[in-house]
Amino acid sequence: MGLVEQTQAALAELFPEPALPAAPAGEGDQEAPPRQAGVVVTDAARHGSHLDVLCRPDQVVAVARVLDQDGYFLEAISGVDWLDKGQFEVIYDYNRLGGEHCRVTVRALVDRNEPAVPTISGVFPAADWHERETFDFYGIRFQDHPNLIRILLPEDADFHPLRKDYMP
Amino acid sequence: MTVPVHLRHDETFVLNLGPQHPATHGVLRVKLTMDGEYIVKAEPVLGYIHRMHEKMAENGTFAQFMPNTARMDYLHALAFNHGWALVVERAAGIEVPERAEYIRVITVELNRIASHLLWWAAFLLDLGGFTPLLYAFDDREKIIDLLERVTGSRLTYCYLRFGGVYNDIDDEFIAGTRDFIKRLRGRMPRLYHDLVTHNIILIKRIKDIGFVTAEQCRRYGATGPVARGSGIDYDIRKNEPYSVYPEFDFDVPVFTEGDSMARYMVRMHEMEQSMRIIEQALDKLPGGPVMGKAPKVLKPEAGYYYSAVETARGSLGHRLVCNGDKNPYKLKLRSPTFSNLSLFGEVAEGMLLADALAFMGSLDLVIPEIDR
Repeated sequence: MGLVEQTQAALAELFPEPALPAAPAGEGDQEAPPRQAGVVVTDAARHGSHLDVLCRPDQVVAVARVLDQDGYFLEAISGVDWLDKGQFEVIYDYNRLGGEHCRVTVRALVDRNEPAVPTISGVFPAADWHERETFDFYGIRFQDHPNLIRILLPEDADFHPLRKDYMP
Repeated sequence: MTVPVHLRHDETFVLNLGPQHPATHGVLRVKLTMDGEYIVKAEPVLGYIHRMHEKMAENGTFAQFMPNTARMDYLHALAFNHGWALVVERAAGIEVPERAEYIRVITVELNRIASHLLWWAAFLLDLGGFTPLLYAFDDREKIIDLLERVTGSRLTYCYLRFGGVYNDIDDEFIAGTRDFIKRLRGRMPRLYHDLVTHNIILIKRIKDIGFVTAEQCRRYGATGPVARGSGIDYDIRKNEPYSVYPEFDFDVPVFTEGDSMARYMVRMHEMEQSMRIIEQALDKLPGGPVMGKAPKVLKPEAGYYYSAVETARGSLGHRLVCNGDKNPYKLKLRSPTFSNLSLFGEVAEGMLLADALAFMGSLDLVIPEIDR
Protein backbone atom coordinates (compact mmCIF):
# COMPACT_ATOMS: atom_id res chain seq x y z
CA MET A 1 0.00 0.00 0.00
CA GLY A 2 1.44 3.34 -1.02
CA LEU A 3 1.74 6.36 1.21
CA VAL A 4 -1.22 8.10 -0.41
CA GLU A 5 -3.53 5.14 0.26
CA GLN A 6 -2.20 4.76 3.80
CA THR A 7 -2.89 8.39 4.63
CA GLN A 8 -6.25 8.21 2.92
CA ALA A 9 -7.21 5.22 5.03
CA ALA A 10 -6.01 6.89 8.23
CA LEU A 11 -7.99 10.04 7.49
CA ALA A 12 -11.07 8.19 6.26
CA GLU A 13 -11.75 6.99 9.82
CA LEU A 14 -12.67 10.56 10.71
CA PHE A 15 -15.36 10.60 8.04
CA PRO A 16 -17.91 7.82 8.53
CA GLU A 17 -19.75 8.64 5.32
CA PRO A 18 -17.71 8.09 2.17
CA ALA A 19 -17.11 11.16 0.02
CA LEU A 20 -18.45 11.38 -3.50
CA PRO A 21 -15.66 10.87 -6.01
CA ALA A 22 -16.61 14.11 -7.81
CA ALA A 23 -13.64 16.28 -8.74
CA PRO A 24 -13.14 19.02 -6.15
CA ALA A 25 -11.64 21.40 -8.68
CA GLY A 26 -14.80 23.29 -9.46
CA GLU A 27 -15.43 24.64 -5.98
CA GLY A 28 -15.42 28.20 -7.28
CA ASP A 29 -17.47 27.17 -10.28
CA GLN A 30 -21.19 27.81 -9.79
CA GLU A 31 -22.34 24.80 -11.81
CA ALA A 32 -20.25 22.13 -10.12
CA PRO A 33 -22.15 19.97 -7.60
CA PRO A 34 -21.32 20.79 -3.99
CA ARG A 35 -18.47 18.74 -2.67
CA GLN A 36 -19.16 16.63 0.39
CA ALA A 37 -16.96 16.34 3.43
CA GLY A 38 -14.39 13.58 3.22
CA VAL A 39 -11.14 12.51 1.62
CA VAL A 40 -10.71 12.53 -2.16
CA VAL A 41 -7.68 11.56 -4.22
CA THR A 42 -6.69 14.37 -6.59
CA ASP A 43 -4.47 14.46 -9.63
CA ALA A 44 -1.13 15.60 -8.20
CA ALA A 45 0.32 16.48 -11.60
CA ARG A 46 -2.58 18.83 -12.24
CA HIS A 47 -3.26 20.31 -8.80
CA GLY A 48 -0.05 19.72 -6.85
CA SER A 49 -1.66 17.80 -4.03
CA HIS A 50 -2.46 14.10 -3.69
CA LEU A 51 -5.29 14.17 -1.21
CA ASP A 52 -8.00 16.74 -0.77
CA VAL A 53 -9.77 16.68 2.57
CA LEU A 54 -12.87 18.77 3.13
CA CYS A 55 -13.85 18.80 6.80
CA ARG A 56 -15.94 20.68 9.32
CA PRO A 57 -14.06 23.37 11.27
CA ASP A 58 -14.26 21.31 14.45
CA GLN A 59 -12.42 18.46 12.74
CA VAL A 60 -9.21 20.30 11.79
CA VAL A 61 -7.47 19.41 15.06
CA ALA A 62 -8.33 15.73 14.70
CA VAL A 63 -7.03 15.76 11.11
CA ALA A 64 -3.83 17.52 12.24
CA ARG A 65 -3.29 14.86 14.94
CA VAL A 66 -3.60 12.03 12.42
CA LEU A 67 -1.14 13.72 10.06
CA ASP A 68 1.25 14.53 12.91
CA GLN A 69 1.35 10.85 13.89
CA ASP A 70 2.03 9.90 10.28
CA GLY A 71 5.09 12.17 10.18
CA TYR A 72 3.74 15.04 8.12
CA PHE A 73 4.74 18.67 8.52
CA LEU A 74 2.64 21.78 8.05
CA GLU A 75 3.63 23.73 4.95
CA ALA A 76 1.20 26.60 5.06
CA ILE A 77 -2.19 27.86 6.16
CA SER A 78 -4.09 30.06 3.72
CA GLY A 79 -7.41 31.82 3.94
CA VAL A 80 -9.82 32.37 1.05
CA ASP A 81 -12.71 34.80 1.07
CA TRP A 82 -15.74 33.43 -0.82
CA LEU A 83 -17.72 36.66 -0.61
CA ASP A 84 -20.60 35.47 -2.81
CA LYS A 85 -21.22 32.41 -0.66
CA GLY A 86 -20.75 34.26 2.61
CA GLN A 87 -17.95 31.93 3.67
CA PHE A 88 -14.29 31.91 4.49
CA GLU A 89 -12.19 28.91 3.65
CA VAL A 90 -9.10 27.88 5.57
CA ILE A 91 -6.64 25.72 3.63
CA TYR A 92 -3.97 23.69 5.42
CA ASP A 93 -1.20 22.17 3.32
CA TYR A 94 0.71 19.22 4.74
CA ASN A 95 3.64 17.44 3.22
CA ARG A 96 6.29 14.87 4.04
CA LEU A 97 9.75 16.02 5.03
CA GLY A 98 11.78 13.65 2.89
CA GLY A 99 11.04 10.15 1.67
CA GLU A 100 7.97 9.52 -0.41
CA HIS A 101 6.15 12.67 -1.44
CA CYS A 102 2.50 13.16 -0.57
CA ARG A 103 0.82 16.53 -0.17
CA VAL A 104 -2.44 16.64 1.77
CA THR A 105 -4.69 19.65 1.41
CA VAL A 106 -7.18 20.10 4.23
CA ARG A 107 -9.97 22.61 3.74
CA ALA A 108 -12.60 23.89 6.12
CA LEU A 109 -15.39 26.37 5.37
CA VAL A 110 -16.57 28.79 8.04
CA ASP A 111 -19.34 31.34 8.24
CA ARG A 112 -18.14 34.74 7.09
CA ASN A 113 -19.96 36.61 9.86
CA GLU A 114 -18.61 34.54 12.74
CA PRO A 115 -15.35 33.11 11.39
CA ALA A 116 -13.82 30.80 13.96
CA VAL A 117 -11.67 27.68 13.66
CA PRO A 118 -9.92 25.79 16.48
CA THR A 119 -6.18 26.32 16.54
CA ILE A 120 -3.83 23.50 15.57
CA SER A 121 -0.80 25.25 17.08
CA GLY A 122 -0.98 22.73 19.92
CA VAL A 123 -0.22 19.98 17.41
CA PHE A 124 2.10 21.84 15.03
CA PRO A 125 3.94 24.88 16.49
CA ALA A 126 4.45 25.96 12.86
CA ALA A 127 0.75 26.84 12.80
CA ASP A 128 1.26 29.58 15.39
CA TRP A 129 2.59 32.16 12.92
CA HIS A 130 0.55 30.96 9.96
CA GLU A 131 -2.67 31.27 11.96
CA ARG A 132 -1.69 34.71 13.18
CA GLU A 133 -1.12 35.71 9.56
CA THR A 134 -4.53 34.38 8.50
CA PHE A 135 -6.13 36.22 11.41
CA ASP A 136 -4.24 39.35 10.40
CA PHE A 137 -5.38 39.26 6.77
CA TYR A 138 -8.91 37.82 7.10
CA GLY A 139 -9.97 38.28 10.70
CA ILE A 140 -10.57 34.55 11.13
CA ARG A 141 -10.37 33.73 14.83
CA PHE A 142 -8.37 30.67 15.80
CA GLN A 143 -9.92 29.54 19.06
CA ASP A 144 -7.52 28.80 21.95
CA HIS A 145 -4.54 30.21 20.05
CA PRO A 146 -1.96 31.19 22.69
CA ASN A 147 -1.08 34.55 21.16
CA LEU A 148 -3.57 35.59 18.48
CA ILE A 149 -2.25 39.05 17.65
CA ARG A 150 -1.38 40.68 14.34
CA ILE A 151 1.90 39.51 12.85
CA LEU A 152 2.64 41.43 9.65
CA LEU A 153 0.35 44.46 9.84
CA PRO A 154 0.80 47.20 12.44
CA GLU A 155 -0.68 46.32 15.83
CA ASP A 156 -3.14 49.23 15.67
CA ALA A 157 -4.58 48.28 12.25
CA ASP A 158 -8.37 47.97 12.32
CA PHE A 159 -8.90 46.22 8.97
CA HIS A 160 -8.34 42.85 7.32
CA PRO A 161 -6.93 43.63 3.87
CA LEU A 162 -7.45 40.30 2.07
CA ARG A 163 -11.21 40.35 2.58
CA LYS A 164 -12.75 40.88 -0.82
CA ASP A 165 -14.94 43.74 0.43
CA TYR A 166 -12.01 45.63 1.95
CA MET A 167 -11.60 49.08 0.43
CA PRO A 168 -8.43 50.94 1.31
CA MET B 1 21.86 24.35 26.60
CA THR B 2 19.91 25.68 29.57
CA VAL B 3 20.40 28.67 31.78
CA PRO B 4 22.77 27.78 34.67
CA VAL B 5 20.91 27.49 37.96
CA HIS B 6 22.70 30.37 39.68
CA LEU B 7 21.49 32.71 36.94
CA ARG B 8 17.82 31.94 37.45
CA HIS B 9 16.35 34.86 39.29
CA ASP B 10 13.68 37.41 38.67
CA GLU B 11 15.89 40.24 37.56
CA THR B 12 15.43 39.93 33.85
CA PHE B 13 15.38 42.84 31.42
CA VAL B 14 14.01 43.31 27.94
CA LEU B 15 16.46 43.97 25.14
CA ASN B 16 15.27 45.20 21.81
CA LEU B 17 17.31 43.80 18.94
CA GLY B 18 16.49 45.71 15.78
CA PRO B 19 14.49 46.57 13.73
CA GLN B 20 17.60 48.48 12.65
CA HIS B 21 20.53 46.31 13.57
CA PRO B 22 23.47 45.24 11.40
CA ALA B 23 23.17 41.59 12.46
CA THR B 24 19.55 41.19 11.40
CA HIS B 25 20.28 42.13 7.76
CA GLY B 26 17.11 44.02 7.22
CA VAL B 27 14.30 45.20 9.38
CA LEU B 28 13.76 42.27 11.72
CA ARG B 29 13.11 42.98 15.36
CA VAL B 30 13.61 40.46 18.14
CA LYS B 31 12.25 41.19 21.58
CA LEU B 32 14.65 39.47 23.94
CA THR B 33 14.08 38.87 27.62
CA MET B 34 17.56 38.62 29.04
CA ASP B 35 19.07 37.28 32.22
CA GLY B 36 22.51 38.82 32.08
CA GLU B 37 24.06 37.55 28.86
CA TYR B 38 21.60 34.67 28.58
CA ILE B 39 18.37 34.72 26.63
CA VAL B 40 15.32 33.73 28.63
CA LYS B 41 12.82 34.37 25.88
CA ALA B 42 13.22 35.45 22.27
CA GLU B 43 10.26 36.71 20.34
CA PRO B 44 10.73 37.79 16.70
CA VAL B 45 8.51 40.72 15.70
CA LEU B 46 7.80 40.79 11.99
CA GLY B 47 6.17 43.06 9.48
CA TYR B 48 8.47 46.07 9.26
CA ILE B 49 8.85 45.64 5.50
CA HIS B 50 5.44 44.12 4.79
CA ARG B 51 4.09 45.19 1.38
CA MET B 52 1.05 42.91 0.94
CA HIS B 53 2.27 41.16 -2.19
CA GLU B 54 -0.67 38.75 -1.94
CA LYS B 55 -3.16 41.58 -2.38
CA MET B 56 -1.14 42.94 -5.29
CA ALA B 57 -1.42 39.50 -6.89
CA GLU B 58 -5.21 39.57 -6.58
CA ASN B 59 -5.42 43.06 -8.04
CA GLY B 60 -3.41 42.39 -11.20
CA THR B 61 -3.26 39.77 -13.91
CA PHE B 62 -1.05 36.70 -13.65
CA ALA B 63 1.71 38.24 -15.76
CA GLN B 64 1.63 41.50 -13.85
CA PHE B 65 2.69 39.73 -10.67
CA MET B 66 5.96 38.42 -12.14
CA PRO B 67 8.04 41.53 -11.25
CA ASN B 68 6.79 41.32 -7.65
CA THR B 69 8.24 37.84 -7.18
CA ALA B 70 11.81 39.08 -7.45
CA ARG B 71 11.21 41.67 -4.77
CA MET B 72 10.58 39.15 -2.03
CA ASP B 73 13.74 37.07 -1.92
CA TYR B 74 16.02 39.49 -3.72
CA LEU B 75 18.99 37.15 -3.24
CA HIS B 76 17.46 34.21 -5.06
CA ALA B 77 15.01 36.14 -7.20
CA LEU B 78 15.06 33.70 -10.12
CA ALA B 79 13.78 30.88 -7.93
CA PHE B 80 10.82 33.06 -6.99
CA ASN B 81 10.29 33.80 -10.70
CA HIS B 82 10.43 30.06 -11.28
CA GLY B 83 7.95 29.23 -8.53
CA TRP B 84 5.38 31.68 -9.85
CA ALA B 85 5.87 30.55 -13.45
CA LEU B 86 5.46 26.89 -12.42
CA VAL B 87 2.21 27.33 -10.53
CA VAL B 88 0.63 29.42 -13.29
CA GLU B 89 1.83 27.00 -15.97
CA ARG B 90 0.34 24.17 -13.94
CA ALA B 91 -3.00 25.98 -13.59
CA ALA B 92 -3.20 27.12 -17.21
CA GLY B 93 -1.67 23.97 -18.71
CA ILE B 94 1.17 25.75 -20.53
CA GLU B 95 3.99 23.70 -22.04
CA VAL B 96 7.58 24.93 -21.82
CA PRO B 97 10.11 24.14 -24.59
CA GLU B 98 13.06 22.02 -23.50
CA ARG B 99 15.69 24.66 -24.20
CA ALA B 100 13.84 27.12 -21.98
CA GLU B 101 13.75 24.55 -19.16
CA TYR B 102 17.50 24.12 -19.40
CA ILE B 103 18.09 27.86 -19.43
CA ARG B 104 15.83 28.20 -16.39
CA VAL B 105 17.87 25.61 -14.52
CA ILE B 106 21.19 27.21 -15.49
CA THR B 107 20.18 30.71 -14.44
CA VAL B 108 18.39 29.59 -11.26
CA GLU B 109 21.41 27.58 -10.16
CA LEU B 110 23.81 30.46 -10.93
CA ASN B 111 21.56 32.65 -8.82
CA ARG B 112 21.63 30.05 -6.04
CA ILE B 113 25.44 30.19 -5.95
CA ALA B 114 25.28 34.00 -5.82
CA SER B 115 22.80 33.77 -2.95
CA HIS B 116 24.97 31.36 -0.98
CA LEU B 117 28.04 33.53 -1.62
CA LEU B 118 26.26 36.57 -0.24
CA TRP B 119 25.02 34.60 2.76
CA TRP B 120 28.57 33.41 3.38
CA ALA B 121 29.94 36.93 3.18
CA ALA B 122 27.29 38.43 5.44
CA PHE B 123 27.45 35.58 7.94
CA LEU B 124 31.19 35.99 8.38
CA LEU B 125 30.79 39.74 8.61
CA ASP B 126 28.40 39.14 11.53
CA LEU B 127 31.07 37.03 13.18
CA GLY B 128 33.66 39.76 12.72
CA GLY B 129 35.52 38.63 9.61
CA PHE B 130 35.63 41.33 6.98
CA THR B 131 38.06 39.93 4.38
CA PRO B 132 35.88 36.98 3.23
CA LEU B 133 33.21 39.44 2.15
CA LEU B 134 35.59 40.93 -0.39
CA TYR B 135 36.39 37.52 -1.90
CA ALA B 136 32.75 36.47 -2.03
CA PHE B 137 31.61 39.72 -3.62
CA ASP B 138 34.38 39.40 -6.19
CA ASP B 139 32.99 36.03 -7.27
CA ARG B 140 29.36 37.08 -6.94
CA GLU B 141 30.04 40.05 -9.22
CA LYS B 142 30.94 37.61 -12.01
CA ILE B 143 27.60 35.85 -11.67
CA ILE B 144 25.69 39.11 -11.62
CA ASP B 145 27.46 40.26 -14.79
CA LEU B 146 26.55 36.98 -16.49
CA LEU B 147 22.92 37.19 -15.42
CA GLU B 148 22.71 40.84 -16.39
CA ARG B 149 23.72 39.81 -19.90
CA VAL B 150 20.72 37.55 -20.37
CA THR B 151 18.11 38.96 -18.00
CA GLY B 152 18.79 42.67 -18.33
CA SER B 153 18.88 43.28 -14.59
CA ARG B 154 21.35 42.68 -11.82
CA LEU B 155 19.30 41.87 -8.76
CA THR B 156 15.51 41.93 -9.12
CA TYR B 157 15.16 39.71 -12.15
CA CYS B 158 11.98 39.38 -14.14
CA TYR B 159 13.35 36.87 -16.59
CA LEU B 160 10.94 33.95 -16.70
CA ARG B 161 7.74 34.05 -18.70
CA PHE B 162 4.78 31.67 -18.67
CA GLY B 163 5.86 29.20 -21.31
CA GLY B 164 9.57 29.99 -21.40
CA VAL B 165 12.12 32.69 -20.75
CA TYR B 166 12.40 36.24 -21.98
CA ASN B 167 15.75 36.00 -23.69
CA ASP B 168 17.95 33.29 -25.17
CA ILE B 169 21.48 32.74 -23.88
CA ASP B 170 24.40 33.27 -26.24
CA ASP B 171 27.86 31.78 -26.69
CA GLU B 172 29.46 34.49 -24.63
CA PHE B 173 27.21 33.65 -21.68
CA ILE B 174 28.04 29.95 -22.01
CA ALA B 175 31.78 30.61 -22.21
CA GLY B 176 31.56 33.08 -19.32
CA THR B 177 29.67 30.57 -17.17
CA ARG B 178 32.23 27.86 -17.82
CA ASP B 179 35.03 30.29 -16.96
CA PHE B 180 33.25 31.27 -13.78
CA ILE B 181 32.85 27.66 -12.65
CA LYS B 182 36.52 27.00 -13.30
CA ARG B 183 37.44 30.12 -11.39
CA LEU B 184 35.22 29.40 -8.36
CA ARG B 185 36.41 25.79 -8.20
CA GLY B 186 39.99 27.06 -8.22
CA ARG B 187 39.38 29.59 -5.46
CA MET B 188 37.13 27.43 -3.27
CA PRO B 189 39.81 25.31 -1.49
CA ARG B 190 42.18 28.12 -0.55
CA LEU B 191 40.10 31.27 -0.24
CA TYR B 192 36.95 29.70 1.13
CA HIS B 193 37.93 26.56 2.98
CA ASP B 194 41.54 27.16 4.11
CA LEU B 195 40.91 30.75 5.09
CA VAL B 196 37.48 30.34 6.66
CA THR B 197 36.04 26.82 7.01
CA HIS B 198 39.08 25.42 8.78
CA ASN B 199 39.65 28.59 10.73
CA ILE B 200 39.71 27.93 14.46
CA ILE B 201 37.91 31.18 15.28
CA LEU B 202 34.99 30.27 13.03
CA ILE B 203 34.86 26.72 14.38
CA LYS B 204 34.77 28.00 17.97
CA ARG B 205 31.96 30.38 17.12
CA ILE B 206 29.63 28.03 15.26
CA LYS B 207 30.47 24.42 16.04
CA ASP B 208 28.21 22.74 18.64
CA ILE B 209 26.12 25.89 18.88
CA GLY B 210 22.52 26.42 17.84
CA PHE B 211 21.32 22.83 17.75
CA VAL B 212 18.17 22.23 15.74
CA THR B 213 16.77 18.70 15.87
CA ALA B 214 15.09 16.95 12.98
CA GLU B 215 11.89 16.77 15.01
CA GLN B 216 11.97 20.55 15.55
CA CYS B 217 12.33 21.03 11.81
CA ARG B 218 9.25 18.91 11.23
CA ARG B 219 7.14 20.55 13.91
CA TYR B 220 8.04 24.05 12.73
CA GLY B 221 8.08 23.25 9.01
CA ALA B 222 11.72 24.22 8.53
CA THR B 223 13.11 23.28 5.11
CA GLY B 224 16.17 23.91 2.98
CA PRO B 225 19.68 23.99 4.44
CA VAL B 226 18.23 24.27 7.98
CA ALA B 227 16.52 20.87 7.62
CA ARG B 228 19.41 19.34 5.69
CA GLY B 229 21.82 20.46 8.42
CA SER B 230 19.70 18.46 10.87
CA GLY B 231 19.95 15.21 8.95
CA ILE B 232 16.74 15.51 6.91
CA ASP B 233 17.27 14.48 3.32
CA TYR B 234 14.70 16.82 1.81
CA ASP B 235 15.20 18.83 -1.34
CA ILE B 236 12.25 19.67 -3.59
CA ARG B 237 14.48 19.19 -6.63
CA LYS B 238 14.75 15.50 -5.68
CA ASN B 239 11.62 14.79 -3.63
CA GLU B 240 9.08 16.57 -5.79
CA PRO B 241 11.01 17.01 -9.06
CA TYR B 242 10.08 19.89 -11.32
CA SER B 243 11.49 21.35 -14.54
CA VAL B 244 14.33 19.17 -15.92
CA TYR B 245 16.10 18.48 -12.61
CA PRO B 246 15.61 14.68 -12.86
CA GLU B 247 17.92 14.70 -15.89
CA PHE B 248 20.92 15.83 -13.89
CA ASP B 249 23.20 13.87 -11.64
CA PHE B 250 23.66 15.76 -8.38
CA ASP B 251 23.74 15.02 -4.67
CA VAL B 252 21.81 16.58 -1.83
CA PRO B 253 24.32 17.45 0.90
CA VAL B 254 22.99 16.32 4.29
CA PHE B 255 24.73 16.85 7.62
CA THR B 256 23.41 15.25 10.77
CA GLU B 257 24.97 17.42 13.50
CA GLY B 258 22.20 20.04 13.51
CA ASP B 259 24.48 22.86 14.69
CA SER B 260 25.36 26.10 12.92
CA MET B 261 28.45 24.46 11.42
CA ALA B 262 26.30 21.79 9.77
CA ARG B 263 24.13 24.43 8.09
CA TYR B 264 27.31 26.21 7.00
CA MET B 265 28.68 23.02 5.45
CA VAL B 266 25.40 22.23 3.67
CA ARG B 267 25.53 25.54 1.83
CA MET B 268 29.22 25.22 0.98
CA HIS B 269 28.58 21.80 -0.56
CA GLU B 270 25.48 23.00 -2.34
CA MET B 271 27.51 25.49 -4.33
CA GLU B 272 29.56 22.64 -5.75
CA GLN B 273 26.39 20.67 -6.57
CA SER B 274 24.90 23.70 -8.33
CA MET B 275 28.06 23.97 -10.40
CA ARG B 276 27.70 20.31 -11.34
CA ILE B 277 24.12 20.90 -12.47
CA ILE B 278 25.10 23.95 -14.54
CA GLU B 279 27.94 22.07 -16.25
CA GLN B 280 25.66 19.17 -17.19
CA ALA B 281 22.97 21.55 -18.40
CA LEU B 282 25.46 23.42 -20.58
CA ASP B 283 26.75 20.14 -22.01
CA LYS B 284 23.27 18.87 -22.84
CA LEU B 285 21.73 22.21 -23.83
CA PRO B 286 19.25 21.45 -26.63
CA GLY B 287 18.40 23.82 -29.47
CA GLY B 288 15.01 25.20 -30.32
CA PRO B 289 12.81 28.07 -29.18
CA VAL B 290 12.89 29.58 -25.71
CA MET B 291 9.23 30.53 -25.67
CA GLY B 292 6.33 28.15 -26.07
CA LYS B 293 2.78 28.94 -27.00
CA ALA B 294 1.01 30.81 -24.25
CA PRO B 295 -2.23 32.78 -24.55
CA LYS B 296 -1.94 36.54 -24.18
CA VAL B 297 -4.70 36.63 -21.57
CA LEU B 298 -4.57 33.77 -19.10
CA LYS B 299 -7.80 32.45 -17.65
CA PRO B 300 -6.95 29.22 -15.81
CA GLU B 301 -9.69 26.81 -14.96
CA ALA B 302 -11.28 27.35 -11.55
CA GLY B 303 -9.64 25.23 -8.89
CA TYR B 304 -6.92 24.81 -6.31
CA TYR B 305 -3.27 24.59 -7.31
CA TYR B 306 -0.07 24.16 -5.34
CA SER B 307 3.46 24.16 -6.59
CA ALA B 308 6.79 24.18 -4.77
CA VAL B 309 10.37 25.00 -5.72
CA GLU B 310 13.63 24.73 -3.83
CA THR B 311 15.09 28.18 -3.24
CA ALA B 312 18.45 28.81 -1.60
CA ARG B 313 16.60 29.03 1.72
CA GLY B 314 14.17 26.14 1.40
CA SER B 315 10.79 25.19 0.08
CA LEU B 316 8.86 28.02 -1.56
CA GLY B 317 5.23 27.15 -2.10
CA HIS B 318 2.52 28.91 -4.02
CA ARG B 319 -1.06 28.11 -3.03
CA LEU B 320 -3.15 29.45 -5.88
CA VAL B 321 -6.95 29.53 -6.00
CA CYS B 322 -8.51 30.40 -9.35
CA ASN B 323 -12.13 31.15 -10.14
CA GLY B 324 -11.78 31.23 -13.93
CA ASP B 325 -11.06 34.94 -14.02
CA LYS B 326 -8.04 36.69 -15.53
CA ASN B 327 -6.50 37.47 -12.17
CA PRO B 328 -5.69 35.14 -9.28
CA TYR B 329 -8.57 34.79 -6.84
CA LYS B 330 -6.18 34.02 -4.03
CA LEU B 331 -2.44 33.55 -3.78
CA LYS B 332 -0.68 32.48 -0.63
CA LEU B 333 3.09 32.56 -0.63
CA ARG B 334 4.67 29.99 1.62
CA SER B 335 8.06 31.60 2.04
CA PRO B 336 10.77 29.32 3.43
CA THR B 337 12.36 31.66 5.99
CA PHE B 338 8.99 32.51 7.55
CA SER B 339 8.82 28.93 8.78
CA ASN B 340 12.56 28.64 9.37
CA LEU B 341 12.57 31.69 11.62
CA SER B 342 9.58 30.47 13.63
CA LEU B 343 11.81 27.96 15.45
CA PHE B 344 14.23 30.72 16.52
CA GLY B 345 12.36 31.43 19.75
CA GLU B 346 12.50 27.84 20.93
CA VAL B 347 16.13 27.24 19.98
CA ALA B 348 17.51 30.56 21.23
CA GLU B 349 16.13 30.01 24.72
CA GLY B 350 19.02 29.70 27.15
CA MET B 351 21.65 30.77 24.61
CA LEU B 352 24.23 33.47 25.05
CA LEU B 353 23.25 36.55 23.05
CA ALA B 354 26.41 36.42 20.95
CA ASP B 355 25.75 32.75 20.11
CA ALA B 356 22.14 33.52 19.23
CA LEU B 357 23.30 36.10 16.70
CA ALA B 358 25.61 33.54 15.12
CA PHE B 359 22.70 31.09 15.10
CA MET B 360 20.45 33.65 13.46
CA GLY B 361 23.07 34.22 10.77
CA SER B 362 23.21 30.50 10.09
CA LEU B 363 19.46 30.50 9.32
CA ASP B 364 20.13 32.76 6.31
CA LEU B 365 17.27 35.19 6.77
CA VAL B 366 16.02 37.44 4.02
CA ILE B 367 13.54 39.77 5.67
CA PRO B 368 11.53 41.00 2.63
CA GLU B 369 10.73 37.36 1.97
CA ILE B 370 9.47 36.76 5.53
CA ASP B 371 7.36 39.91 5.54
CA ARG B 372 6.24 39.76 1.91
